[in-house]
Amino acid sequence: MSAVTEEIETAPRDRLSRARTLHGVLAGALVLACIASLEIGATDVTLTAMLAKLVQGEALSQVERVVLLDIRLPRLAMGVLVGAALAVSGAAMQGLFRNPLADPGIVGVGAGAGLGAILAIVLGALLPAWVIDQTGNQLTPFAAFLGGWGSTILLYRVSTRHGRTSVATMLLAGIALGALAGALSGILVYIADDRQLRDLTFWGLGSLAGASWAKVLSAGPLIVLSIGAAMMLGRGLNGLALGEATAAHIGIDVQRMKSIAILAVAGATGAAVAVSGGIGFIGIVVPHLLRLASGPDHRTLLLNSALLGAILLILADVIARVVIAPAELPIGIVTAVLGAPVFLWILLKRRGLVEL
Amino acid sequence: MSLVAQDIHVSYGQRVALRGVSLTARPGEVTAIVGPNGSGKSTLLGAITAALPFQGRVSLNGQDVAMLKPWDLAAQRAVLPQASRLAFPFTAIEVVRLGLQSGTAGDRPEVPMQALTRVGLAHYANRTFQELSGGEAQRVMLARVLAQVWAPVENGQPRWLLLDEPVSSLDIAHQLQVMEIARGFARAGGGVIAVMHDLNLTALYADSVAVLADGQRLAFGTPAEVLTDETLSRAYGCNLRVSAPPPPGTPFVLPHAATV
Repeated sequence: MSAVTEEIETAPRDRLSRARTLHGVLAGALVLACIASLEIGATDVTLTAMLAKLVQGEALSQVERVVLLDIRLPRLAMGVLVGAALAVSGAAMQGLFRNPLADPGIVGVGAGAGLGAILAIVLGALLPAWVIDQTGNQLTPFAAFLGGWGSTILLYRVSTRHGRTSVATMLLAGIALGALAGALSGILVYIADDRQLRDLTFWGLGSLAGASWAKVLSAGPLIVLSIGAAMMLGRGLNGLALGEATAAHIGIDVQRMKSIAILAVAGATGAAVAVSGGIGFIGIVVPHLLRLASGPDHRTLLLNSALLGAILLILADVIARVVIAPAELPIGIVTAVLGAPVFLWILLKRRGLVEL
Repeated sequence: MSLVAQDIHVSYGQRVALRGVSLTARPGEVTAIVGPNGSGKSTLLGAITAALPFQGRVSLNGQDVAMLKPWDLAAQRAVLPQASRLAFPFTAIEVVRLGLQSGTAGDRPEVPMQALTRVGLAHYANRTFQELSGGEAQRVMLARVLAQVWAPVENGQPRWLLLDEPVSSLDIAHQLQVMEIARGFARAGGGVIAVMHDLNLTALYADSVAVLADGQRLAFGTPAEVLTDETLSRAYGCNLRVSAPPPPGTPFVLPHAATV
């Protein structure tokens, strides 16, 4: 072997700077996806046509204003928030549980939120009239958020003894709690009428169709705050890959990091599920793709997950809107149909790397 | 400026693992902890590294360990665990850089590669950790630990390497390599505490030895003082004979001469 090839082989590959370049690439792609999302829809109103009008000094029609400002823009904003929330939560959970197949569902958000939503849909009409008047069609998202957040806090309490949270206990207790929530949901499904069953099914499949500025404003701050908190976990999650004891030995306050991670995931996922229902696959596929592209370093993985999660959810929503226009598909179907084969393909192709 | 453990008690539920063990390790020396399986060696190291709850007092360079923040401790001492599993496909060099993040050599990006070279694995820098053999993985972890406390003395204070069975999965050449690295760190002014299984390597490389048995300290002193027929036979519960080869006079234990 010549000295030159030896040199090349021993030079440490720099995946970190590749991951940092990816920040810029993904940010650019997100802008393009946003433009596409504003351009394409069930009506033939397009962003380019509107921009052309504005450039020529013409006023926009009432329909164009409504479609752009009250329909597509809030839907886009919600897509960005929900996509980023699900993907970052997935990356954080996988780091915390040291398992690339973990997803936010593990901490009970999914089961709890599902139970909350089903309670609201099936039993919501039994509430006192003034409550129904106050909440209106926000009752289901509100109940979903309370259910998701509540079950996470309950799990966290159960798994924490003497100030130390056992991640293994949390995983197992999460399975038990999920089964319990599933049973309660089953009872409610049993007594539900046909219209309620239909609502339940659609809620479970997820959709951005109900997007409004009111929803963006109610879920947005919590999602932004939670994602911001998760962004500070990069170094700690890297250390945790070595195990909890070693993470502490290299100077990480492990308990504080676990608390931040769990609360951030509960906040981000709880709010996302509340406004958009159950959207699968983003939380698992996005961090996986990024680990294959630029390595598992969480200092860059978390931000890249937020960007790619937002991109994929926006594009999935565009597909959901146009494929059977003027009706639209639940977005959870699109993410599953696109996500599952890609996921399987990666697993088969790169079996060695994703073995763990 | 030493590492002092005073009157350490540790219990796992009903089982008492350590009953009042004390130990003083000085910088510039390799201090070995030996003893039979279950004697409390790793538990003692766990207490010293504050990885498990204990009663007693541990001070590092004159400061009570219980009062120090994790990052303050990480700047002064690095810990090599017995076995390491890694959750994601980090490469060898990325694992070593994790050590650099927490130490005080963070502004010296060349350190991880030097540390990998030190353990003889520079050519595996880009291999993922999961592709490495057990012994190679153990040496990559040693490189990570070295990167964390790269300078054995900093700001006039010794830094510490705490090693839990550092040679357990290594062949004889790499056992010697790792012990040489530990001794080199000590000779440069740092402190080393190593939990050891191999009595001959202990005799060759340790400056002082603590013998534990049944959660208590049976003996503490230089290898020549401690590695005696009587002490070892009592500690390990079998009849051991310590011998010395003619020229350097280092004691050695020959399993051939033992009777159970």
